[in-house]
Amino acid sequence: MIRYIIRRVLIGIMILVIVCALTFVFFRVLPTGNPALLRAGRDPQPKLIKEIEGVLGLNKPLIVQFWDYMKEFFLHFNLGYSYYSQESVRGLIVERLPATLSLTVGAAILWVLGGLSVGIISALRRHSFLDRLSMGTALLLLSVPEFWLGLVFLLLFANDIGKFKILPGAGTYVGLTYDPWKWFTSLIMPWIVLAAGSAAVYARLMRSSLAETMREDYIRTARAKGLRERAVVRQGVRSAINPIFTLLGLEIGVLLGGAVLVETVFNIPGIGVLNYKAIQSSDFPVVQGTVLLASSFIIIANIVVDIAYAYLDPRVRFQ
Amino acid sequence: MSAAAPSPRGEPLLRVEDLRVEFPGEDGIVHAVDGITYQVFPGRTLGIVGESGSGKTVSSLTALGLTRRQGARISGRILFDGQDLLSLPEDKLRAIRGNDIAMIFQDPLSSLHPLYKVGRQLIEAVRAHRDVSRAAARERAVELLDLVGIPDPARRVDEYPHEFSGGMRQRVMIAMALANEPRLLFADEPTTALDVTVQAQILMLMERLQRELGMAIVMITHDLGVVAEMADDIAVMYAGRIVETSSAARLFATPEHPYTWGLLKSIPRLDGPREQDLVPIPGTPPSLINPPSGCHFHPRCPYAQPEHSRIDPALEPVPDEDQHHVACLLDSSTRKGLWEQLQAGNTPEQALAEVAAAEGAAT
Repeated sequence: MIRYIIRRVLIGIMILVIVCALTFVFFRVLPTGNPALLRAGRDPQPKLIKEIEGVLGLNKPLIVQFWDYMKEFFLHFNLGYSYYSQESVRGLIVERLPATLSLTVGAAILWVLGGLSVGIISALRRHSFLDRLSMGTALLLLSVPEFWLGLVFLLLFANDIGKFKILPGAGTYVGLTYDPWKWFTSLIMPWIVLAAGSAAVYARLMRSSLAETMREDYIRTARAKGLRERAVVRQGVRSAINPIFTLLGLEIGVLLGGAVLVETVFNIPGIGVLNYKAIQSSDFPVVQGTVLLASSFIIIANIVVDIAYAYLDPRVRFQ
Repeated sequence: MSAAAPSPRGEPLLRVEDLRVEFPGEDGIVHAVDGITYQVFPGRTLGIVGESGSGKTVSSLTALGLTRRQGARISGRILFDGQDLLSLPEDKLRAIRGNDIAMIFQDPLSSLHPLYKVGRQLIEAVRAHRDVSRAAARERAVELLDLVGIPDPARRVDEYPHEFSGGMRQRVMIAMALANEPRLLFADEPTTALDVTVQAQILMLMERLQRELGMAIVMITHDLGVVAEMADDIAVMYAGRIVETSSAARLFATPEHPYTWGLLKSIPRLDGPREQDLVPIPGTPPSLINPPSGCHFHPRCPYAQPEHSRIDPALEPVPDEDQHHVACLLDSSTRKGLWEQLQAGNTPEQALAEVAAAEGAAT
């Protein structure tokens, strides 16, 4: 098991390096992507551009730039400095991480609980009105993009521009430690919007997975033992969750992608907005830092899921 | 076996009367069980024999209220201890399931929950019907594993089903079924998924437990060897009906139904002459949606007469044998003649010719 974990972590680090290399190449070969040009003002002298390139280290060969970046990252955990504000990228990320974590963790809880419970009810009452309604809603939520759903929510429920002014709208986010209640209410809509798509996927997966396990022989055995239906269903759910659980690691990536959009729509000062603005202004170090953060999240989540799976399924453990 | 016939063995523990189970399907109604009647006496074993799809499993699942398919239409009566299981409300039936009546299934691996330790599954079975502490139930679980001959039960109680061999898993299933000392055990093909040597062990175990606990067993199988070993009485099912029923000894000595002959002649025997060929039953089991008209067996019966496709035979006592019933349109004397010819090693065609000649000479 230890060997397995070490191997997975090493592979994870390799993937991080590859992701870094890819973002390096993508952003530097894009035609409009020269940050020195963007910073030099209107009709710049070529000399000025060269100067700025020198300051930012852009005149070195790409491979050297990459090597320097990797060295700084792995030796000092230094992600460089923003081309714009000169602030340390690590500082920027640390400052904005709480907002993004509040959003994504809350949404993940909502998504798993909501998705699983709707899926379970649907599986047990298959082809009922409730089942059709929830599966139809799930399909709808699955199909609409987050930014659109976010805008619809704002137009419906935000207390500034909404039709029913019941929830704080965009730009009302405050830190948890500053005012827990305001923190909570300002995040209700973003949580729902961000969770909706994934919850819908999970509801549908759970429905089909549970419907399948409820036909298993051991469920018949459980009934033959004279267990209460509740206990029988619990046994089914226990098995049905396993295959869905393995998808959790992948779904975290979808969630982070969605967070960029949701943070933008609701104007939450998180990593997503940071990343979005950095892309707009070719602020390479910030883009690089946020991409690295997101990919580490996904890699760590997948390793954790795989290890946890061994505990969920004894048959895997013994292989 | 008519329901009203007085029995020399006292009151039956289970009496199934004219049970019918139908499933509406896409292609029509599946008549899985088509009016069967049988009884099981305390401490005795009834073997229900038939090919797959003959309705033998459905009939027992129905008794426990476990008929899984939605929209099953069930009629008839299943009397256990005087109460009709078919009309019991779900919670009353649940109190009987796993308590007075238990069941074991064909595939012990898929019938055990793969993610729970066997101990937990045994404890659950005990606590479903008895108000005992977890610790006491656990002790009982160890005791049960010991009872069914699993070595080192105190350690194995904490293992998962996949850590057990096939035979040991079936022992666990049996232990689970015995948790509350049932009076009746349905065993649905309990040895089919096991190696032959293990099969014998499991059958011996069941016999021992039956002696010790005095329970009645309904043994559902396609394997006449298994019922020969275990059963006191035998019911042969074909296409959702019972076509022949009698004591085991009598059924093997003087079977009356051509389908039973077919079953007996298609078993390989180690002690028989090597050159004697097995005689398979021709054709395939009939559709349960559109069963053949008349006698359901007539399309596969080598002895069928033209009128057998019109007349539906009833299960009637064999002359002078009120415990032996058969549903066959052939004459009793013809049947005896045919069986003698088959016993002598003749093929069904030869047997038919011989008997026809003998009858021609007699008239």
